[in-house]
Amino acid sequence: MTENPEIPIDHESPEIHEREHHIVSPRIYVIILLALLVGTAITVWASYVDLGEWHAAPGLVIFWNPILALAIACTKATLVVLFFMHVKYGTKLTKLTIGAGVFTFLILVGMTLADYFTRAWGRW
Amino acid sequence: MSDSQVQVLAETAEAHEHVHPPYQRHHFETYAQQNDATNFAMWLFLLTEIMFFGGLFTAYLIFRNWYYPAFVSGSHQLNIPLGGLNTLLLITSSFTMAMGVWCAELRKKGALVLCLTLTFVLGMGFLMVKTFEYKEKIEKHHVPGFHYSLQSFLAPETDEAAMAAHDKPLPVDMARHTEVYFSLYFAMTGMHALHMIIGVSILAFMIVRAQAGAYTTGHVTYVENFGLYWHFVDIVWIFLFPLLYLISRH
Repeated sequence: MTENPEIPIDHESPEIHEREHHIVSPRIYVIILLALLVGTAITVWASYVDLGEWHAAPGLVIFWNPILALAIACTKATLVVLFFMHVKYGTKLTKLTIGAGVFTFLILVGMTLADYFTRAWGRW
Repeated sequence: MSDSQVQVLAETAEAHEHVHPPYQRHHFETYAQQNDATNFAMWLFLLTEIMFFGGLFTAYLIFRNWYYPAFVSGSHQLNIPLGGLNTLLLITSSFTMAMGVWCAELRKKGALVLCLTLTFVLGMGFLMVKTFEYKEKIEKHHVPGFHYSLQSFLAPETDEAAMAAHDKPLPVDMARHTEVYFSLYFAMTGMHALHMIIGVSILAFMIVRAQAGAYTTGHVTYVENFGLYWHFVDIVWIFLFPLLYLISRH
């Protein structure tokens, strides 16, 4: 037994349970729900507006509409991960795991897209 | 082994029985440790899911870049109000699921059953709307395969959705690539819907178990980890909705 016999841990008691396991209050869930709904409304509205494009270099055109849509989606996903999925209150192990996973994911997707999107550069 | 040692072992076993809640596996020192380990495993699983969906998203972005006019015309065939409704249903279901985890943590059995049931109903609502959308695609012959029809893209004046988006007729070789758009549409939304079907099935099972009081004993791991899965499915839709429905609309 590694637990200190002087302090018996009663897992049935809600106070102790709260100390070792953070419980997110429903108020935060309501705020996140509202933020997600507002984000959805903005992304639908913005999709009907032509935000134009930016000719960054010959052959490289940046369209703002998909970039804004993806930025809003990333923000919404971050809110879900941090609050609904409790990562903000999670262990360092969880945070590190997700961080490493997302980093690897971005490397894989980013490098693949960079390859495909730049193959034709300078060919016209 | 001496008698005193046996005595000590017996006492340790007794203390073990006494201190640990019945749902704690004996190889974990504390329930918190068990919960963290299970949580970690669930996240590893979700990361494999992120990689899986990431492959589909990457394929979508590459083909969209190659066959841009076809992907624009293809996406004009999707119904934004229905997609928006589905987004609302799914976001709300994520909220009710998060509330369900909270109820389980505070051991509110009735409220937990209510939250799980609401999540189930909203999930089924999503699938019903999706079925309706798929039905429309089947009727218009927009399902890739032998019966695929290019009419909406070669003659947009005959198609209500294409008319509404002021689509110009595509050349035949570009119009053919709308089939690639719909292949990816069905692969991505289909895989997402499959995750939803698995999710609502587990929810049905959980509602029955929750009514029997299974998750209000202080053992919240199952509800918590199912919540992670459900929120993950929500996140996938948060990206699917703008990419498939919205970004070619302006």
